[in-house]
Amino acid sequence: MAISSQDTAIRTGRITRTFIYLVLMLFALFYMLPLYVMVVNSLKPLSEITGGGMMALPQVWTIEPWLKAWSTAQVGVQATGLKPYFLNSILMVVPAVAISTMLGALNGYVLTKCRFKGDTLLFGFMLFACFIPFQIVLIPMAMVLGKLGISGTTAGLVLVHVVYGIGFTTLYFRNYYTVFPTELVRAAQIDGAGFFQIFWRILLPSSGPIAVVSVIWQFTNIWNDFIFGASFASGDGAPMTVALNNLVQSSTGVKEFNIHFAGAILAAFPTLLVYIVAGRYFVRGLMAGSVKG
Amino acid sequence: MGFLDIDNATKSFGKVEVLHNVDISVQEGEFLVLVGPSGCGKSTLLNVIAGLEEVTSGEIRIKGEVMNHVHPSKRNIAMVFQSYALYPNMTVGQNITFGLEMHGMPKSEREKAMYKVARLLQIENLLARKPGQLSGGQRQRVAMGRALVREPDVFLFDEPLSNLDAKLRVDMRTEIKKLHQNLGTTIVYVTHDQIEAMTLSTRIAVMHNGHIQQLGTSNEIYNSPSNLFVANFMGSPSMNLLPVRINVEGNDVRAETTNGKSETVNLAFHNPSASLREFNGKNVTLGIRPEGLTDLEGADQRSKHVETINNTVDVIEPAGSDTFVTTTLGNTECIGRMRADTSLKPGSETSFAINMEKAVVFDPETEMRIA
Repeated sequence: MAISSQDTAIRTGRITRTFIYLVLMLFALFYMLPLYVMVVNSLKPLSEITGGGMMALPQVWTIEPWLKAWSTAQVGVQATGLKPYFLNSILMVVPAVAISTMLGALNGYVLTKCRFKGDTLLFGFMLFACFIPFQIVLIPMAMVLGKLGISGTTAGLVLVHVVYGIGFTTLYFRNYYTVFPTELVRAAQIDGAGFFQIFWRILLPSSGPIAVVSVIWQFTNIWNDFIFGASFASGDGAPMTVALNNLVQSSTGVKEFNIHFAGAILAAFPTLLVYIVAGRYFVRGLMAGSVKG
Repeated sequence: MGFLDIDNATKSFGKVEVLHNVDISVQEGEFLVLVGPSGCGKSTLLNVIAGLEEVTSGEIRIKGEVMNHVHPSKRNIAMVFQSYALYPNMTVGQNITFGLEMHGMPKSEREKAMYKVARLLQIENLLARKPGQLSGGQRQRVAMGRALVREPDVFLFDEPLSNLDAKLRVDMRTEIKKLHQNLGTTIVYVTHDQIEAMTLSTRIAVMHNGHIQQLGTSNEIYNSPSNLFVANFMGSPSMNLLPVRINVEGNDVRAETTNGKSETVNLAFHNPSASLREFNGKNVTLGIRPEGLTDLEGADQRSKHVETINNTVDVIEPAGSDTFVTTTLGNTECIGRMRADTSLKPGSETSFAINMEKAVVFDPETEMRIA
């Protein structure tokens, strides 16, 4: 009796499983369709697209659109391609991510291991930063950047993104360090380690997973940001997202869709890379501390 | 003045006072155990000595120097934590020498000190490993190594054995005792385990609700508890505490109580004190340790005064080395410790020998010891 019921259990399992995989494959196809369209059309001459073969594979394979998008396409006034703006974005995103993550870690350390009166309230206020829409801070931020004399520069953009990111990074590190054993900090204190020595030697080496979360989050947000880039960096200082917009939205001449597709993939490439390289730590980091280890 | 002085120390968190005027003077080489139930303030007292918490009032002195506002690292103390608190990202060797590095000791000397300690604790083969790759007992050794390598004035242990399994705990207990005998260092040790307290200590401070209930050797604490709390807390199974009435007749002083059949039983005291006589006709609490309530053959041969009574056996609990026998005296369940191979059956009648030389008496109102 028991044996036969186990048999049927396996048989139904197999049918259900086949069904589930079929549905999943269908969903996967559906979701990968836009990527397919982008990749395929970026690899064919413009005539094939305008001829109506949007979904078809290229008849003539070419990387010409990629090269044009990168170095010779008309972005704004100059025909420089996206290259200089890509560099602008790198110059903005690297320091902004590094500084906001470090400050978040330091904040998390202070808020959990050097408790003081009103620290929870302060943390609550810092959390507000996560809920403020970008548009609200545009004008005050423009005034501050003007007063500091860094409006329209990459340094200005770095400052904007650091300030905006601290709320998130503090939240991540604070919650991560809450479950970090305080006895370790006390042991280090007795061993004679100072404030920053404890931070560098004890806390940071154990912060890998949450640092990955913070870096991915900040990198994605800062790289993909458009409104701050469009508002505070003009002309040659514009980041990749703004340049891509200028490329695609240009109202003169023929719309070169193949170049637009190539440019869009180029713009998305760094975040894609970060997810592929560090992605598996992302979920691990988000889950860390939720289960007592 | 001692080696480590805790002078009238008080600690409050907000309005809650967790330590009340604690006074302890620890001599050099002493092994002081702070013992008490959860929340009695023993760990807070240890943290105060370590400098991880500051006293609200009073003084902490080490070698005569006031330590109240001295940073933990400058008090020349070392602490072993309950969770071991090993740095997870460092190897065992780095864990042991981290404190020396922070104090600016050159690398060659650090390594020399590390090997010396590793040899002492037999962890030489573990030096390159990370804490995550060690068993509980090994972690415990590394934690002790980290404390030992600093050669501190005072060692502080915060329930260091409570995360180990029962057998390992007993082994490590012996090892800590050996270490103390060989090195002769001053140790303050916190535990809630009264067996640990009895076996390790040269002196015990029993704490309850932030007060020191009694400070003395394990013998004093066990045989002459100063109040009902200490009598009840120390010893396993705990002391039998039964209500009796004091009757003075000439030179004799007797405790009147009832046996399991509600018949009156009289127990004469050995060398009754004058203070006990003052309680003539009053109800008091009589304390008898389980080993003081036993069978006739098992009665302490050196005792100067043994009373014998007949009573009914309620429950028999064989424990291997002994048999615990429950019987009723003064409407209270009392536990007696008998020979392992006793042939008693529940419900049977037998003779109990009560060692009155070691009997103690408490005033039930003040809970303080009378005799």
